[in-house]
Amino acid sequence: MTRKFAMLLTFLAGATMVVSYFIRPTQSWGEDVAEWFNVLAAIAFVLGAANLAKVHLERLSSRSAGWGYSVIVLLAFGATMLVGLLKVGVHPQELAPTVAFSGEKDASGSAFWWAYSYAMSPITSTMFALLAFFVASAAFRAFRAKNTEAALLLVTAFVVLLGRTFAGVVLTGWMPESLSFLRLENLATTILEVFASAGNRAILIGIAIGVAATSLKIMLGIDRSYLGGGS
Amino acid sequence: MTPALCGLMVAGLLDDAAASAGKVAAIANTPPGFLERTFDFDKSALFCWLVVISALVLWNIARARRGMKVTVRHIAGLDAVEEAVGRATEMGRPILFVPGIQDMDNVQTIAGLTVLARVGKTTAEYDAQIEVPTARSLVMTAAREALQASYMSVGRTDSYNPELVYYVTDEQFGYTAYVSGLMVRKKPATCFYLGQFFAESLILAETGNAIGAIQIAGTAESSQLPFFVAACDYTLIGEELFAASAYLSGEPDQMGGLRGQDFCKALVGGVLVVAVAAATLAAITGSAALDSATGFFRMLVGA
Repeated sequence: MTRKFAMLLTFLAGATMVVSYFIRPTQSWGEDVAEWFNVLAAIAFVLGAANLAKVHLERLSSRSAGWGYSVIVLLAFGATMLVGLLKVGVHPQELAPTVAFSGEKDASGSAFWWAYSYAMSPITSTMFALLAFFVASAAFRAFRAKNTEAALLLVTAFVVLLGRTFAGVVLTGWMPESLSFLRLENLATTILEVFASAGNRAILIGIAIGVAATSLKIMLGIDRSYLGGGS
Repeated sequence: MTPALCGLMVAGLLDDAAASAGKVAAIANTPPGFLERTFDFDKSALFCWLVVISALVLWNIARARRGMKVTVRHIAGLDAVEEAVGRATEMGRPILFVPGIQDMDNVQTIAGLTVLARVGKTTAEYDAQIEVPTARSLVMTAAREALQASYMSVGRTDSYNPELVYYVTDEQFGYTAYVSGLMVRKKPATCFYLGQFFAESLILAETGNAIGAIQIAGTAESSQLPFFVAACDYTLIGEELFAASAYLSGEPDQMGGLRGQDFCKALVGGVLVVAVAAATLAAITGSAALDSATGFFRMLVGA
């Protein structure tokens, strides 16, 4: 019964989104459905926060491996929530200067803003910066000329890499105008705009058809795997 | 674009261009009728494609239900699922499943969860341990439902542990840091990355590679595919992610839908070939009729 209800809801939400995209008087219906989703996600967020606290409290109480990390998670979670909810360090808005809580929680100078700017932001930037090293190690493995395809990949990558830097311009800039298509920067552009673009579009067409077919199967209840499959 | 204007555009392929332009101007000044006020004719090409795709998919599903045999080419990444789960069981290490970092309103996340349900069945049969950290609360709830039903379907409800499907954080790199740390600490034997990924794709896949895990990835985010191809053992490229559920289940309905998708691809490919040929010939010969035909194809693809 619960599953049938979930499938009915899925169909109604999906059908509303499709209809509202093409039928002018129903255009706001799609926005309403998206809004309902946001409401559901907001409610589920409480569930997520409770789950996070439960998982780490259990890890802490059982002193399982890595429990020290759980202490940091719980402290950071509690402190951020506290300064956000209590609007610590928030200055009142000009419209209501006597109301201490009238300012935005993340306004410049607030404790929440400070935590985001000086803790969250640098940490996420550090994680993002790791990509540079991972790109190098992945490229090292991918560009080993083990067979014909890998050798082709290596040569192509070499041309694109050089063509996108000043080194490419310096190396082949001497070529006469009649052979300018052989200059590394032009070769790189041709590879990216013709070969890579054609392959990418073929993948995108397949994805678009896959998305449409999957959505249709989910809406009509033909694919129920996301509910655990079966009837 | 109104139906009258559409009609005139098609008629314009045959009529004198100047005469058609006059008629277009006259009709454009008339007030919109009920149909024009109701249906968004600017999206008519897309609507036609939607109808054609839906019809082809449903027709093939109906044929599959009537007993038509559907043969699908082998997808190495999906053939390896059982082997990957078996390896984790033998090594006594967990399986890590990452369903992307987007919410349940994203079809890639749903596709990832459909594969999770199938992988969950194999995991339950092998009595292996699967861990699913999620970046969205709703995904956690849906993943728990899917896994529970999978364990139930093979009669292993007692082995199902909901605590292994949990929420981490919505923050992209916070989630990445957690999952990378988890991989280094627990050293899962098998890692699945199926859903929508962004910059974290390579960080996760390279960490998995460093710990020696078998890695199966799949995403429709074309900019992340090269990273997965470089760092994972198997990668489901674009549409293969959406075909995974059908491929793993082998159910006639699902296989019929897959065949319908292939019909759609063949149709789109055919239209593209004809359109490119028409555009090329129009450029070479300067023919007005071919030029108009090219315009029609442009309208057909909404360009």
